Amino acid sequence: MAIEPAVVSPATLAEAYAIAARGAHRPVAGGTDLLVQITGGIGPPPDRVLDLWRLDELRGISVRDGALELGALTTFSEIRASVACREDAPALVEAAATIGAAQIQNRGTLGGNVMNASPAGDTLPVLLALDAELVVGGETGERTIPAAAFWPAYRRTAIRPDELLVRIRLPLVADRRQRFRKVGTRRAQAISKVVIALAWRGDPGSGTWREVRVALGSVAATPIRAAAAEAALEGERPTESTAERAVAALVGELRPIDDVRSTAAYRREVAGRVLRRLVRDEGRW
Amino acid sequence: MSYHLTVNGTATEVAVPGMRRLLDVLREDLGLTGSKEGCGEGECGACTVLIDGAVAVSCLVPVCQVDAAVITTVEGLATPTTGLSSLQQAFLETGGAQCGICTPGMLLSGQAFLDSGAEPTDDAIREAIAGNLCRCTGYTKIVEAVALAAGRRDETGA
Amino acid sequence: MTIAARPGRAVGAPLRREGPAKLTGTALYTDDLVFPGGWYGTTIRSTEPRARLVAIDLDPAFDWSRVAVVTADDIPGDNVVASIAADQPILVPVGGEIRHQAEPVALLAAADRETLREARLRVRLRTEALPPVFDPLASTVEFARYDLAKGDVDAGLASADLVVQGTYRVGHQEQLYIENNAMIAVPRAGGGVIVHGSLQCPYYVHKALKRGLRIGSEQAQVVQAETGGGFGGKEEYPSMIGLHAALLALRTQRPVRMIYDRHEDLAATTKRHPAIVTHRTGVMRDGRVVAQDIDLVLDGGAYTTLTPVVLSRATIHAGGPYDIPNVRIRGRAVMTNTPPNGAFRGFGAPQSEFAAETQLNRVAEAIGMSPLDVRRRNVYRLGGITPTQQVLRGGVAGEEVLERAAEASEFDRVRVRTAESRGRRSPRDRTARGIGLALAWHGAGFTGSGEAKMGSVVSVELSGDGVVRILTASTEMGQGTKTIFPQLVAAELGLPIEAVEMAPQDTALVPDSGPTVASRTAMVVGGMTIQAARRLREAVEGRTGRPFATSYRDDAADHGATRIDQAFEPYPGVGFDDATYTGDAYPAFGWAAAVAEVEVDLDTFEVAVRSIVAVDDVGRVIHPVLCEGQVEGGTLQAVGYATIEEIKLLDGRYLNDRLQTYLIPTALDAPRIETILVESPFAGVPHGAKGVGELPMDVGAPAVVAAIHDATGAWIHDLPATPERIMAALVGIDPPGPPGISTVSPRRAADGDTER
Repeated sequence: MAIEPAVVSPATLAEAYAIAARGAHRPVAGGTDLLVQITGGIGPPPDRVLDLWRLDELRGISVRDGALELGALTTFSEIRASVACREDAPALVEAAATIGAAQIQNRGTLGGNVMNASPAGDTLPVLLALDAELVVGGETGERTIPAAAFWPAYRRTAIRPDELLVRIRLPLVADRRQRFRKVGTRRAQAISKVVIALAWRGDPGSGTWREVRVALGSVAATPIRAAAAEAALEGERPTESTAERAVAALVGELRPIDDVRSTAAYRREVAGRVLRRLVRDEGRW
Repeated sequence: MSYHLTVNGTATEVAVPGMRRLLDVLREDLGLTGSKEGCGEGECGACTVLIDGAVAVSCLVPVCQVDAAVITTVEGLATPTTGLSSLQQAFLETGGAQCGICTPGMLLSGQAFLDSGAEPTDDAIREAIAGNLCRCTGYTKIVEAVALAAGRRDETGA
Repeated sequence: MTIAARPGRAVGAPLRREGPAKLTGTALYTDDLVFPGGWYGTTIRSTEPRARLVAIDLDPAFDWSRVAVVTADDIPGDNVVASIAADQPILVPVGGEIRHQAEPVALLAAADRETLREARLRVRLRTEALPPVFDPLASTVEFARYDLAKGDVDAGLASADLVVQGTYRVGHQEQLYIENNAMIAVPRAGGGVIVHGSLQCPYYVHKALKRGLRIGSEQAQVVQAETGGGFGGKEEYPSMIGLHAALLALRTQRPVRMIYDRHEDLAATTKRHPAIVTHRTGVMRDGRVVAQDIDLVLDGGAYTTLTPVVLSRATIHAGGPYDIPNVRIRGRAVMTNTPPNGAFRGFGAPQSEFAAETQLNRVAEAIGMSPLDVRRRNVYRLGGITPTQQVLRGGVAGEEVLERAAEASEFDRVRVRTAESRGRRSPRDRTARGIGLALAWHGAGFTGSGEAKMGSVVSVELSGDGVVRILTASTEMGQGTKTIFPQLVAAELGLPIEAVEMAPQDTALVPDSGPTVASRTAMVVGGMTIQAARRLREAVEGRTGRPFATSYRDDAADHGATRIDQAFEPYPGVGFDDATYTGDAYPAFGWAAAVAEVEVDLDTFEVAVRSIVAVDDVGRVIHPVLCEGQVEGGTLQAVGYATIEEIKLLDGRYLNDRLQTYLIPTALDAPRIETILVESPFAGVPHGAKGVGELPMDVGAPAVVAAIHDATGAWIHDLPATPERIMAALVGIDPPGPPGISTVSPRRAADGDTER
């Protein structure tokens, strides 16, 4: 039997904020990361846990104010089943489908994935690619942090200890296309070796790509945007030569490591190959 | 703290720490040892139960999150009156259980699949049990068992 | 309920005997057993690959009165886990040498797990580091060595049209039974202990308890609980855990539970041996292999355990199922400062046959012959002579399994198609398909004189109250012992299977039938069970003058109980000379072929194994469903071995010590497996069975690797054939390090005291 820290399960968000304001509580959403850490003795266990599971205020998927909004407690199963997500965030739906298996998808949450801040977090590159806005709240009110600024360092987030993640906003962008690919350790219940999410606005006339986002997981200490690869694709059509420039740029800007799951050489090479494939699919060459 | 759960149709109250894993509550506080611990990190699926009809790994669920929930474990599948469930019977006939340690969790994933009414294609069944590791069978006869039970469900409308 | 069995399958075969208990959650595995007043035990382990143990410090600020502490000084008997050699201690003594990471040093027990967890943190091991050896080729300590020779290999190589050379490496593989190792020891009223546990071999644990605790046979009682998989992984390590639990139980005079979690099970218990195999093969243009020169090195890890026997099997199987006139096989097993390796389904043969089959495929490629034809040309036939000079006198089915596999998979036709698509490949293609073939033999039962020395006994009794009961130490761990033994006895006695009971696997009740290993249960123990039943039938029918089935109850009433103890009787005409290592290495061989079809992602080099046709000659099929289940399960373990199962080590410590990092195939990774059972019986046993457990493990990996080659053109020499290795072979990028060999952390390397 594992260590059993004290836990408090507030019924309202206001109560939860008050508890968070007192500090020293580790929030838990679906538990699929925290319980692994406690049982496995991975890092020091929390003294106190703030259970968010009863906070229905943090649930629900809706389109509001020009954005697809997902409550922090939205589970991966809910994302997979959501028509709104399939329409406006297909890459997120694909990512959700690659996380664990049904047992994990029924409990694991988007907010938990964001807050666990793993460089291998499968949805995080999607959030980066879709310019997600992470709305955090506390007793002093809400504020919005862009995904690009949310994971400043290895397993760190930009949230303050007295704040909770409330919802994730994905601004709706006309003519935006998105692609996702996870290269994992096996075909189900895999942890990623490389995750790549790609988003762009296609110009219907010229076929050029605008507002290109290339985001990756498991290739650095945090989920990252690949600025050089984005620049190589920006304003270009998805041709073979553009793809080659983007791949060269990407391979040059990644700093992956060797670990128990894969090698730096593999991650770098495969990230480039997957990007080339995604561009090739769009360019149909 | 005290939590109220309905386990296999029986309303139950447990007074335990809220961060106790549902698996420990089932096995140690309620004596329902049919759910097994194979890894303690949600990878093997041997502790799979249904929470309000949905599969979950009970090693990753703190009991504070299942207050007022309806839990089904392997002990809740067969009944004294009707005997083995259709899925259990199918496992027995096809050889879907070998060492038996993954079987309780596998049965619950299979049951959730049957309850979903999804078409029992090979791929769909495999995806439904992808969160349950089995080291004995190569999964062949487990997939057969779920398909057999689904076929009987569709024949009888049960 | 009636059973709608498909034609040709389970018609008439009984349902798994303990199936209903397993399906309803009422089967009791070790951790399900409740012993009131029991304490929890835990093991303090080394955190270095090699060191002198200077002291075990207990924090004086901690209240140790609530905790039982056991060290080597508290061991009443020999501080040795009884096995082939006497080198592995139960606990490393102060002043002794720690030889590997996660080696047991001390034991703790407490009434609750919270206290135990605190206590663990208050134990410090003081050590002096010693230089470890990780590279088996650099090791100077040899556990065993076998040299086999047939013909004149140098002359054979000289006469060959072509000589092909290759080196193959395989890493560790974890058995990964889903139930972790678990033992509970309970002090016995009359002295000694009862150990309940998850185990394959009750009498191995029994022997270890007697020696380590210095107690008599009666005082050491071992009871198998329901066992959630073994695959060799519960052959020897339960002796260690049983001793640990027993030492704590005797200290506390309470039941003590030693239930490993997955992390401890992965970090500390035995794995499949890594191996390095080098082949030089001489071949003629017409496909005749004329010489094999094979050098095999197994990494035994830190202690002898079962390594010499694993090496023996690896060596004898190293040439593959081929009748080659000139053969030299040199096998040795060495020590490294890594956790000891041990038994795992196949027991050395999967390692050496992966190398043999991949080498043969490369030979075939070199002479432009198909993999199927080169096997047709060289496979053993009746009368073939093996490298131990064994003449194959019966049950030789290599050709048959090969042809059946080729036919069922349409090997030639598919291979033409994959070759065409390989020729037309463009950067547009996302995936590539390939097909691969492998053939293997597997010696049935113990190697050499092992069975004769074991002196196994099985009993069948007719009790005074008219119940027929089988008494055997052969365990059920999912493979079907509890179903097939009653089936065999019922058939012999003309009874319905329900009328035959199996006694529990409890050393106080059943004789020593030998360990449940080496695919010997169905063949050897099953054969003895039939013999015993036959003698029982003759005794009863002799007295009653009527058929057993209609007279045994009367006989029991009139005559009382009859018990037949059947000892193993050496098979006629089977002999082996240990001194020269020649003769009949096995009473019979099983034969297996597999054809794998794979799809390789050309961007990521991920391999999806789509299908496997597995053809296995098991002698006689006793129970088709259970037998197929063995083939399917073994095949998937082989697919895992081929593709994703790898352990990386740092400073001799396993890095893949959780299920998030040690991966086995899920249902979505598993291929569609088509099983074809072939029956080419062994004449030495009444039922002809040759065993099935290990056979499929030998062929899966080389078939998959051959299919990867067919898809991509790359030969992968190291297992597993991960995307990283395939990419390295195809793109020419840094390959990952060799499998199975520990890397050294920068700190250790900087100390300059690592490798000598």
